[in-house]
Amino acid sequence: MNITTDSAYPWSPLEKRPACCEPKSFLEIKNLSLSYKGEKAFEGVNLDLYQGCITALVGPSGCGKTSFLTALNRLTDLISGCKLSGSIKLAGEDIQASSVDILALRRRVGMIFQKPNPFPLSIRKNILFPLREHGTTDKSEANAILERVLQQVGLWDEVKDRLRAPALSLSGGQQQRLCIARALALKPEVLLMDEPCSALDPISGGIVEDLITSLRGKYTILIVTHNLAQARRIADYTGLFWVRNHVGQLIEYGTVKEIFESPKEELTRAYIQGMRG
Amino acid sequence: MTKSSCRKERLVTSLIWLCVLLISAVFFWIFGEILWNGGSKLTFDFLTLAPKQAGRGGGIGPILISTLWIVGVAMAVSIPLGVGAAILLSEFKSSENIFILLIRRSLDVLAGVPSIVFGLFGNAFFCKTLGLGFSILSGGLTLACMVLPILIRSTEEGFRSVPEDYHLSAAALGLSRISTLWNLLLPAAVPGLIVGIVLGVGRAMAETAALIFTSGYVDRMPTSFLDSGRSLSIHIFDLSMNVSGGDPNAYRSAFVLMLILVLINALASFTANYFFKRRIITV
Ligand SMILES: Nc1ncnc2c1ncn2[C@@H]1O[C@H](COP(=O)(O)OP(=O)(O)O)[C@@H](O)[C@H]1O
Ligand SMILES: [Mg+2]
Repeated sequence: MNITTDSAYPWSPLEKRPACCEPKSFLEIKNLSLSYKGEKAFEGVNLDLYQGCITALVGPSGCGKTSFLTALNRLTDLISGCKLSGSIKLAGEDIQASSVDILALRRRVGMIFQKPNPFPLSIRKNILFPLREHGTTDKSEANAILERVLQQVGLWDEVKDRLRAPALSLSGGQQQRLCIARALALKPEVLLMDEPCSALDPISGGIVEDLITSLRGKYTILIVTHNLAQARRIADYTGLFWVRNHVGQLIEYGTVKEIFESPKEELTRAYIQGMRG
Repeated sequence: MTKSSCRKERLVTSLIWLCVLLISAVFFWIFGEILWNGGSKLTFDFLTLAPKQAGRGGGIGPILISTLWIVGVAMAVSIPLGVGAAILLSEFKSSENIFILLIRRSLDVLAGVPSIVFGLFGNAFFCKTLGLGFSILSGGLTLACMVLPILIRSTEEGFRSVPEDYHLSAAALGLSRISTLWNLLLPAAVPGLIVGIVLGVGRAMAETAALIFTSGYVDRMPTSFLDSGRSLSIHIFDLSMNVSGGDPNAYRSAFVLMLILVLINALASFTANYFFKRRIITV
């Protein structure tokens, strides 16, 4: 981990963030707990994601960050023996209600994985196929969306001449941006990102990071990152996950300024200073 | 390198070459013998005419047709079943489902059952119990049971070549299970399926024992699927074992069978290559 290298240098004071948003709760999570086959992964998480803001989750491996993300778009439904309790409200609607259309929910709450995972199709098909499945059957409309999202992730100029090439022929960073474009094409409201840069080389990671920053204000973003410096650079809010008694918990949650400059918890202070983790 | 290890290496190398030589010698001997005895006297008439005098004269026209029908029935039945079973097997992990575990075990056993046993089963079940008699249909259905394990295995391999990640990313994009299956898994399984089909056709073509008791011996041109029909390999068997003076035509038929099998194999490696190169899936 590069916490030690981060903390080897004194951090410059946080610049004032552009007002991305007035803090308006968009995703309200109350007392959320999750267990796999009876074994708790995390418990008692209370967290509000603010509309248009970037929220970073930091914490050591195995403390339930990925599990937490998958609870928010109900990917947990796919895992047998996985049980969720507590409430998650998206724009005031309980997403766990049985009346919820899961496919529509997952369209509203997009997810980006740690390892870039474009489909083994062509570049354009990667974006057009999910679009078509969600009812965009008009060709010219779909192609317009294709161009728009590829522009948005800065991939258009790089791939516009080879849209029919296999997506897996792209570099790792390009693949990750394609995955982001694929999610954006579905017009999500929330984006969950699970360590989107950690499988990439530093330069590609930087490009993806800039891309994420450029999405501020347009989407409600929850990003898991191992890189404290990254959380500090891009996030508006930060939460620290930690394992206590073998169960993941949200230790502290606040604005980046609060967490990085005046943490309330001793654990947070220690983690930020790179003494633990 | 020391002298002794150098010598050892040379010894091993020459042993390996000897093995290669032996194996290819056996192949070329068989192939050469058939080519020599059968290929040189092959005429186009032989492929179209009906056999005369129990096969000593005439050709193998009706036999080729019967073979085609039998293999056709076998594939028409086993392909949909095989793809269905492969989907089932790849969608559920056997560790979680006793039913799936059972299917898997049965397939393993089925793959190892000698073909004569399939023949007896086919005779008892398709010919007698279902009352289909000695017919192309009985033979084809018996062969379908036989090639099913091959087909399922290779199709399943195709499905499995799609990593678990894609299931997750597809679900995260709000894609339904059906459309994931149809758009991502099936295309990925096509190369495996093609290889399976070609292997299956090859096996079905070469089969004798399973057909003796099911599709029968009759060497007339079949007029329906309920007619008995003689397959090429049975024809060869019959000519060389039961018909005195049948050897020349046995060789000729063997040459035709060999040619078909070689062609099928070439087709297999060609299509597999084509699809594996073209297919965008890398694991
Ligand atoms: N599919 C699963 N089945 C069972 N246990 C799991 C599964 N996924 C994660 N876990 C367990 O839940 C805990 C939290 O894992 P995870 O959410 O991946 O943490 P993080 O992303 O913070 O590293 C770990 O102890 C892990 O072993
Ligand atoms: Mg994780």
